[in-house]
Amino acid sequence: MLAEIGVASIDDLFATIPAEYQFKTDLDVPRQHGESEIIDRFRAYAANNANGYTSFLGAGVYKHYKPVIIDSLVQRGEFLTSYTPYQPEISQGTLQAMFEFQTMICELTGMEIANASMYDGSTGAAEAIMMAVRVTGRNAAVIARTVHPEYREVIQTYATHQEIPLSEVSYASNGRVNMAALDAAITDDTACVLIQSPNFFGTIEDVAAIAELAHSKGALLVVSIAEAISLGIVAPPKEADIVSLEAQSFGVSLSYGGPYCGVIACKEKFLRQMPGRLIGETKDVNGKRGFVLTLSTREQHIRREKATSNICTNQALVALMTTIFLTVYGKEGMKELGEHNLAKASYLASVMESKGKILFDGAPRFHEFVIDLPQGAEAANAGLLEKKIIGGLPLSQWYPELGPGASLWCATEVTTRVAMDAAAAGL
Amino acid sequence: MAEEKFVGTPRKVRTHVNQNEGLVFEKSSPGKKAYRMAELDVPAVDAKKLLGPSVRTDLGVMPELSEIEIIRHFTRLSTWNYAIDLGMYPLGSCTMKYNGRVNEAVARLEGIAEAHPYQPTSLSQGCLQIMKTLEESLIEICGMDAITLQPAAGAHGEFTGILMVRAYHESKGNARKKIIVPDSAHGTNPATAAVVGYQVANLKSNALGMVDLEELERMVDEDTAALMLTNPSTIGVFESDIHKIADILHAKGALLYMDGANMNALVGKTRPGDFGVDVMHLNLHKTFSTPHGGGGPGSGPVACKKILEPFLPKPVVVTNTDGSLGLSFDRPQSVGRVRMFYGNFGMFVRALAYIMANGPDGLRQTTEDAVLNANYIRAKLSDTFELPFKSPSLHEVVFSDKLQAKNGVKTGDMGKRLIDYGFHAYTVSFPMVVSGAMMIEPTESESREELDLLIDALKQIAREAAENPEVVKTAPHTTRVGRMDETAAARKPVLRWKGPAEDVVLDSAAKEW
Repeated sequence: MLAEIGVASIDDLFATIPAEYQFKTDLDVPRQHGESEIIDRFRAYAANNANGYTSFLGAGVYKHYKPVIIDSLVQRGEFLTSYTPYQPEISQGTLQAMFEFQTMICELTGMEIANASMYDGSTGAAEAIMMAVRVTGRNAAVIARTVHPEYREVIQTYATHQEIPLSEVSYASNGRVNMAALDAAITDDTACVLIQSPNFFGTIEDVAAIAELAHSKGALLVVSIAEAISLGIVAPPKEADIVSLEAQSFGVSLSYGGPYCGVIACKEKFLRQMPGRLIGETKDVNGKRGFVLTLSTREQHIRREKATSNICTNQALVALMTTIFLTVYGKEGMKELGEHNLAKASYLASVMESKGKILFDGAPRFHEFVIDLPQGAEAANAGLLEKKIIGGLPLSQWYPELGPGASLWCATEVTTRVAMDAAAAGL
Repeated sequence: MAEEKFVGTPRKVRTHVNQNEGLVFEKSSPGKKAYRMAELDVPAVDAKKLLGPSVRTDLGVMPELSEIEIIRHFTRLSTWNYAIDLGMYPLGSCTMKYNGRVNEAVARLEGIAEAHPYQPTSLSQGCLQIMKTLEESLIEICGMDAITLQPAAGAHGEFTGILMVRAYHESKGNARKKIIVPDSAHGTNPATAAVVGYQVANLKSNALGMVDLEELERMVDEDTAALMLTNPSTIGVFESDIHKIADILHAKGALLYMDGANMNALVGKTRPGDFGVDVMHLNLHKTFSTPHGGGGPGSGPVACKKILEPFLPKPVVVTNTDGSLGLSFDRPQSVGRVRMFYGNFGMFVRALAYIMANGPDGLRQTTEDAVLNANYIRAKLSDTFELPFKSPSLHEVVFSDKLQAKNGVKTGDMGKRLIDYGFHAYTVSFPMVVSGAMMIEPTESESREELDLLIDALKQIAREAAENPEVVKTAPHTTRVGRMDETAAARKPVLRWKGPAEDVVLDSAAKEW
């Protein structure tokens, strides 16, 4: 090959790199490993994590059962190792599956259109706010304090440089958005109100009432959903204008924080301001139905600095996982899953209520709740860890006003009664 | 029809039941199930009573299928995709290399795949060790001082890097106003600068397609925050004057940002940190072999010099005094968070497995093979296609359709025709500095035999362009669907299924069948 190219050595091909910048030694990285050694090494890493623990953590990342066919299908090389479907003639598999994804997300959220995914729920929420600013021509956003704290941090990062002023609205004693405070916070410059439902405390917001208030003042309502499974049993936020969903719960591994699957859904009239990729139906030259990436004049590879977002790579394979998950559970299963999650969390609350004070009673919740533990959340968890139980998430770092005892507990369909009884007994 | 001449059995291809799989909603029948819940071991609850008006009563058109139907549905769809596992992707700038399967195996180990991001750090040491080892490896590969793994993709990494640039300048009292972006850059670069609140100043390339030093010198002033530069450039050529570029910027207090999309040309052979780059992102889904998955997930770590370290997103992985690893949130100058938790961790696992499978020798050889392959293609095809820039190529080569355009055959047509020969198209019409660009990046994964097949196919297509241009202009002919009406898709967008349509055409041949 070198002879065909007309050079004497490989190094000649790198001659354009000035000699002083040529790296002539070995990189100081792990030595070359055999496949069995790689597996051994990662097994050792895995063994250094929590093994054999029961966990009551949720807080934006939820352990649900993952049907086995998801992994067998997404590991097909045709899905796993394909590129972004810019050549539709040889990408109909991904394109059709993503069209199905968009349809299911619309059905679940009560919105009219959905994109083909965003990075995750946190960046999706930030992009949704930027979208609302473009749609309304207004510049500020009001955010409920019951939106996931890390989502709010990400939004802050994005908003700072978009010069979008943010204000926060606190919660009422039932854990829902404080309506009087919200009323006062919305101004003529408010592009949108962002809430999360179920919110960070697990409480289901009164979306219709908040929408009415926002709309009466000319602002849009953006609803962030961090626990997508709730949509099987909780009414969709159809009064919202934009929904930003984190779909991790639909069969995606916890994987220490990612990759997950954000997605933005909205009213059709906001289509031109939607960020990210969209799949549309069309026909080929023979009239046969097919699917393509469409409306790309919104996107960075066409519009450059005037694009609706700089997003390029999204979460396609993870969106496929969620599509398969939703197909497995389907119309009946999503409801049944929702009911099981409700039942488990109700039971957990019932066995724990004698151990502390459950906060924010008085509004419906899904599968999480906040309990104030008299011994303190950290101390309670330390005791539980000895029994190989990971307790709820201590909240004082984000909500110091709730005191040191407040922690957020979660039960899903995979949390067993035995585990819940053991946790309660250990408090 | 010209089509018939070049296609063996198009009817057979298009009429088989596997080729006419409907939408999952069209396949649904009421009452079908593919799941069975575990027995409920706690008292059942009345959802209506618990949720009141918040209860959901209807799930609309969600699917109802059996398990075998679901398996067949998605398996059939999968067969309509091209993939690396089927053949070569000569997509320039995309680095479509082999995705090692051991990477998938280790990412699915239970202790790794089921780790919750809020589990105590004492019970997450394995995850943190993976992050730390990957961080150290990437810092070494880039010749940098510090890194964040938080960004979820390349464009997100650009966003993070430019945020850090901004924070750096703000710490000096002036955020500055503009980011310089060469006209050859990826679209994400100017889009990113805009998202971070900077004006975009476009830098015209010189006659060689490279940075015009004089023009750069004229443009850089005290309002310039940074230059976003892809190196090797999007025409696959190393910016030999890179240090002069860095000097021009640094003389005015501006920074050099490197888009690491083309890092597969450099790993183990040279290090951006050594040649003057201040901050850069990597694409783990390009250079470090994590699978592209039909468009994601990616991962876009950002490496930087010491001067930018205080501005890294939080948290950062730190070593505690007892030697254990932890996460530090105490970062007063941080740009904040760009994503919840710590990034696309599952991609970190795969990228580290790739690095371990290669080691220092393997990483260097990977780069050498990628560059060798691109130059082989260039040598073999430079008589067939016009080579707009003669500068030596690294990992990719950019031809143009100038010779074939005389017959009305454009780069996009030849890309589509390549599909008939069993390949994915090369990158079409990018970079924009080349009219009719045909951008080819073979990566190290391809054998000489595979390269020869691609070369033969492209030579044959060039011959067709001269002798029978119609067959190229109407390609592809062997695929399940032909060219799509993209104009109709954009004019009257149909973005979701809305119930059975009357005018769904299966296939004219299928009707006859």
